[in-house]
Amino acid sequence: MANYNLRINGNDYNVEVEDDTPLLWVLRDHIGLVGTKYSCGIAQCGACTVHVNGEAAFSCTLPVSSIGSDEITTIEGLSSEGDHPVQKAWDEVDTAQCGYCQAGQIMTAAAFLRKNPKPTMEEIENAMNRNLCRCGTYHKIREAVALAAKLK
Amino acid sequence: MANLTKTNRRDFLKIAATASGGLFIGFYWSGCDSPKMKVLTNEEILLNAHNFNSYLSISPTGDVVIYSPNPELGQNILTSFPMVVAEELDADWQKVRVIQANLDVEKYDRQLTGGSGAMPHSWERLRKAGATARHLLIAAAATKMNVDASTLSTSNGEVIHKESGKKMGYGELVTDASKLTAPEEVALKDPKDFKIIGTPVKNVENKAMFTGQPLYGLDFYREGMLHAMIQRPPFGMKIKSVDDAAARAISGVTEVVTFKNNVAVVGKSTWPLMKAKKLLKIEYEPDGVVESTFDHDRLFAELLNGKTAEVKRKDGDVDAAFKNAAQVITSEYQCPFLSHSPMEPQNFFAHVQGDKVELVGPTQTPDRARNDTAQLLGIPPENITVQITRLGGGFGRRLRADFVTEAAELSKMMNAPIKLTWSREDDMTGGAYRPAVRYRFQAALDESGNMIGYKLRGVGINAGNSTRENNFPSGAVENVLIESVDHKSAITTNAWRAPITNFLAYAEQSFLDEVALAAKKDPVQFRLDLLAKAKASPVGELQYDVDRMIGVIKMAAEKSNWGKDANVMQGFSVYFSHRSYVAQVANIEMENNQPVLKKIVAATDCGIVVNPTGANHQVRGGIVDGMGHAMYGNLTFENGLPKQKNFDTYRLIRMKEVPEIDVHYVQNGIDPTGLGEPALPPTGGAVANAIFKATGRRLRSQPFIEQKEFSDIKLQIKRA
Ligand code: FES
Ligand code: FES
Repeated sequence: MANYNLRINGNDYNVEVEDDTPLLWVLRDHIGLVGTKYSCGIAQCGACTVHVNGEAAFSCTLPVSSIGSDEITTIEGLSSEGDHPVQKAWDEVDTAQCGYCQAGQIMTAAAFLRKNPKPTMEEIENAMNRNLCRCGTYHKIREAVALAAKLK
Repeated sequence: MANLTKTNRRDFLKIAATASGGLFIGFYWSGCDSPKMKVLTNEEILLNAHNFNSYLSISPTGDVVIYSPNPELGQNILTSFPMVVAEELDADWQKVRVIQANLDVEKYDRQLTGGSGAMPHSWERLRKAGATARHLLIAAAATKMNVDASTLSTSNGEVIHKESGKKMGYGELVTDASKLTAPEEVALKDPKDFKIIGTPVKNVENKAMFTGQPLYGLDFYREGMLHAMIQRPPFGMKIKSVDDAAARAISGVTEVVTFKNNVAVVGKSTWPLMKAKKLLKIEYEPDGVVESTFDHDRLFAELLNGKTAEVKRKDGDVDAAFKNAAQVITSEYQCPFLSHSPMEPQNFFAHVQGDKVELVGPTQTPDRARNDTAQLLGIPPENITVQITRLGGGFGRRLRADFVTEAAELSKMMNAPIKLTWSREDDMTGGAYRPAVRYRFQAALDESGNMIGYKLRGVGINAGNSTRENNFPSGAVENVLIESVDHKSAITTNAWRAPITNFLAYAEQSFLDEVALAAKKDPVQFRLDLLAKAKASPVGELQYDVDRMIGVIKMAAEKSNWGKDANVMQGFSVYFSHRSYVAQVANIEMENNQPVLKKIVAATDCGIVVNPTGANHQVRGGIVDGMGHAMYGNLTFENGLPKQKNFDTYRLIRMKEVPEIDVHYVQNGIDPTGLGEPALPPTGGAVANAIFKATGRRLRSQPFIEQKEFSDIKLQIKRA
């Protein structure tokens, strides 16, 4: 057990957990931020995607001990009113089926668009291919990312 | 106004208390929730609201609360059910709140998600629920305005007296209206007057989903609850010994218990349990037959050639037809086990207190969750409440209640509220799969290429009846024999989206492609000729509607320019399942001598489309699902244990592996016939037939990428 000070969504949190605890479970079980989802736990599906200093990262394989002073952003902190351009585009396109993968999809898309604000469809697909959607909403996700790029 | 229909007693039971507690999904994303205006919570609205029936409450503020009873797993029922109620109520959709109802067997009928059946089952009762309330609001307005009810109309949450221009909002009328007696019969709208049904109303939980609010079972936390995970045995094995010392030594683990061949680790949070579970040293020994995929391959050959099979259908004289045939075509098709793998792994919350139980979580069958728990604990079902959370996918896996009773059993043993979480590995190895099946098809053709005989034997592993004996082409062929053989195994199986037909359709539609080729007929015309025969002189019982099937075939052919462009290699497939009809064409074009899958065109007849966005999601999603599993899905067994345990080895389709999908609907105005499953079955056949057209390789087993016929084909998939 060790004590960690974490900077998440602009707030400071103090948690007492084992060093190897993945950020995903710190968020869900210890801080109560459950928007970040568990699905595979082995960096294969993207459901657990968060931002670490603005970059998309799989929180399921990110030990809390490796975070240090890095700034973490989760889906809850992407915008204060749920009005980030990617969130707005997701609503506009009505992207979700079950919705379970979508927080991770949104986080991947938001980090990608920050780096590449005017992407081609191919670039969008390359960026989003790391996130699985078991319901098969891929066409809608493509459309929503392209729309988000325009909304900015 | 048309269709005067009787109301259903169950839907109109007076409800004592609306807010029966539980998770209220109070998100509301509309134009009017500006910071200036206070947006009432669901609780505030319900405090003064008046109940009209099991589905509907209206508050004096004019806010309409619609309860949606069936579990939402992505089929969009939580949006489309309320749309139907709101339509007949003539509600202002901006003022509609939707609440997922808890299990209530008194108020609701068929409160489950499965068989693409919710909308067909509830269509009329939802309409009546809205129409009855509307009728009462008009009656109240007539009294208040002192005019005849027949001079009043409704629109957008208001009763309108056209002559005087007077209007009253539903909120102003609701107190009086709720005191009136509901009519026995009520008029329903003419579908041509629909204003909400048929429009792309957005998913009511968009905001909650896209901002990460707690919606799913795994998101449910209760003060003081314990977490639990379970190590389950391989199929056909039982525990011989358990050494849990290392697991117990993990900090955060409070208890390790063995029950019913399971070893559970219990603690205060999830991660220590994941670690501890890996440290359990459990020795297993056989408890019956322990099977491997290798054994199944041998078994299939034996059963296909065996003397005994259950005859599911017999028309005419099959032996004579095959003896007199000018040509006989025989082919075998095989599919592997598949995991359902919803993105949210199985989980459930249970709190057993004496003879009372609280259950919360993602289930497709809340009633079964309750009944199985009642049986396990030996208490009456009425003592158990079930709160239905949003489901992170289901695909049939959540029709079972194994994860519910596990949670309840642990809660009782630990005397504490328990949240049971299955890891992804547990979800994939913990059973209830799409069964593995092998089919042998035979067709007898006469001199002119007419199919005069048709034989099918299906052999499956815990598949039950692996055929659909009264489905096409039965009814269109004079001499038919359909048989099924089921092998009982310790490997548990379960309905998997479009049960049986998820594979049978591919096998049959590929085989019919082979037969059309042998008969030297165009695959579309070949099917149309068979259907013409089924219409003119049907043989035996037909489960499908010939005209609806012809309708989607013709539409798919037209929309895909079937056979018009020699550079496009097309594969055709059509299937009827769960009351609806879907025909699909897959288009492959050659680029640098390599096949490129560019598009799948789908023509669907599901009756009235309630929500076009939701419908497109189901059609596209079904096609992506069907294609993904046909191409990549494979779960194999070694000594009773799946070899694939997570998404690194169990391959799911990804964004860059899906082609463009064109979606079309037959507009025939019939009541909705369901769409959660029907788009999936035809896809494998359309893709396989297009691959054959392009490469001459016939794919008779899934997954395609593991077949030797496919090994040197570099199929690319591109979107426009
Ligand atoms: S849960 Fe982290 S990538 Fe799947
Ligand atoms: S919407 Fe269900 S997994 Fe993506």
